[in-house]
Amino acid sequence: MGKTRLGTVQKVFVHALLIVIGACFLSPFLWMVSTSLKANSELFLWPPVWIPSVMVWSNYPAALDYIPFFKYLWNTLTIAGLATLAVLFSCPLVAYSIARIPWKGAKPLFAITLMVMMLPYQVTMIPIFIAFKNFGWVGTNIPLWLPAFFGVPFFIFLLRQFFMGLPKELEDAARIDGASELRIYWQIMLPLCRPALLTIALFQFMGSWTDYQGPLIYLSDETQYTLMLGIQSFKSQHGAEWQMMMATLVMITLPIVVLYFLVQKAFIRGITFSGIK
Amino acid sequence: MPAIETSARQNTASSEKVKNRKTGFEKKISLFGFIFALPWIVGLLLFQAYPLIMSAYYSLTSYSILEPGEFVGLKNFTTLFQDKVFWISIYNTMYYTLIFVPLSIVVGVVLALFLNLKIRGQGIYRTLFFIPSLVPPVATTIIWLWLLNPQFGLVNYWLDKIGISGPPWIGSEAWSKPSLILMSLWGTGQAVVIYLAGLQDIPQDYYDAAQVDGANGWQRTKTITLPLLTPVIFFNLIIGTIGALQNFVLPYTLTNGQGTPANSMMFYVMYLYTSGFGYLKMGYASAMAWILFLIVVILTALIFVSQKRWVHYQGKE
Repeated sequence: MGKTRLGTVQKVFVHALLIVIGACFLSPFLWMVSTSLKANSELFLWPPVWIPSVMVWSNYPAALDYIPFFKYLWNTLTIAGLATLAVLFSCPLVAYSIARIPWKGAKPLFAITLMVMMLPYQVTMIPIFIAFKNFGWVGTNIPLWLPAFFGVPFFIFLLRQFFMGLPKELEDAARIDGASELRIYWQIMLPLCRPALLTIALFQFMGSWTDYQGPLIYLSDETQYTLMLGIQSFKSQHGAEWQMMMATLVMITLPIVVLYFLVQKAFIRGITFSGIK
Repeated sequence: MPAIETSARQNTASSEKVKNRKTGFEKKISLFGFIFALPWIVGLLLFQAYPLIMSAYYSLTSYSILEPGEFVGLKNFTTLFQDKVFWISIYNTMYYTLIFVPLSIVVGVVLALFLNLKIRGQGIYRTLFFIPSLVPPVATTIIWLWLLNPQFGLVNYWLDKIGISGPPWIGSEAWSKPSLILMSLWGTGQAVVIYLAGLQDIPQDYYDAAQVDGANGWQRTKTITLPLLTPVIFFNLIIGTIGALQNFVLPYTLTNGQGTPANSMMFYVMYLYTSGFGYLKMGYASAMAWILFLIVVILTALIFVSQKRWVHYQGKE
């Protein structure tokens, strides 16, 4: 198709197609919002109605009481916050060492990093669980953020790609001027890779926010639950109260969508970076 | 003569000095490289190497959380090969992988081709297709449970309107996996973004040349766009396959971990999880993890070998 000009007929066709498919993609999202504002009596109407006859805004405060929403929110934010800080500390350090410091270990370490990305999580999951259990940390949130302080292979890879793209003259000039390696890293390199750092911070935050398997394995006490565990147990207990579940879903999905729009540019750049470049 | 000798000696001396300084710098820089990489080196040992070895060891024992377990040789593996649910989980996982991955590539590429056209509202359309991929998997499950409700769901209402009597979806053995594939396709937005980036990297010159030669839109797509997009398709094929084999959260939350109806939603990693954390058969689950690892390696290798036949890299022929 390329980047050629389209005729009017073709344009109309393309718009029609995109609108129809786009509606299919968006309607589950809109249906969630619509359901969250319905009265119980309007849930099971046939034909279904898109716009409730009365908007029941009170579903939202009511939904907050179905699960201890703020408690779970706090638990989730604690884990996501610590894990995000952790990757911001560890991953750029390692990526910088692999990409910019001419030392013997750089190449083998990069090769190992790539191999580790292929290793299924399930292989290491059980021994790590047993080790954390021996430490007495199962039932706490420690296993959900501590490993991030030791690097995440995908983020190291992503940052390494970014560091590789920066001109070599930067640190050469700084070295001639007598700047220490630490200073070169901290004052020259880190500020330059701010968009990449923002991207991995977002990936990690969203990853922790939406993670289900990790909390499922490590958290058993309800007071420790994250939002994802909370909404799942809500579903198995009050499965028929769709309006309340949808109200909760809106509240746990919207922050991520808003976050995405706030940092859209850096985010898309991050995805494309991780892809092929 | 003596003058030359002196200067030669001086030369050696100064080059030695340079060499000394260089090795000094190299030592210092090596130390820095090591210190900077230290978190990851420790992480590799603690969270990758150690568990990898232990997992191999556990797979040969009857380890459970409650008992230390004993060495049983390959018994876990022989038991697995006679385990009916194990084979069902392999069948389900292959079914899902072989249908979802190719389908997601077709849908992703077609969407990206259309979203790459210069039309008004391009940004809005792109956002539209991307939003669902931001929805957490647990939320996706609940939204689609409601949409696919056989009696009151929106999807069956629409099908009803065009004269099709909707299937029972998640509640039936035959339709549960197709439902899951439908739900997974909803979240393909991230792949579309990667395809779009790939499309932008195709040089305009090729299209200009083709236009001069009188190639129409479809011909240009077939002979320029698709071949040059194959590296990106290759990337998404690998990532997608590995991801599909590890499919867990959607079927687990959909069926509350049961894999119902009749094990039709029991996927490989779900069975692994249930064996390890439900029945506490950690040795058995470790054996399953290693089989999964093997399957991942074989499939990835096959895709890599196949790339010579169909992946075109620019500048390399």
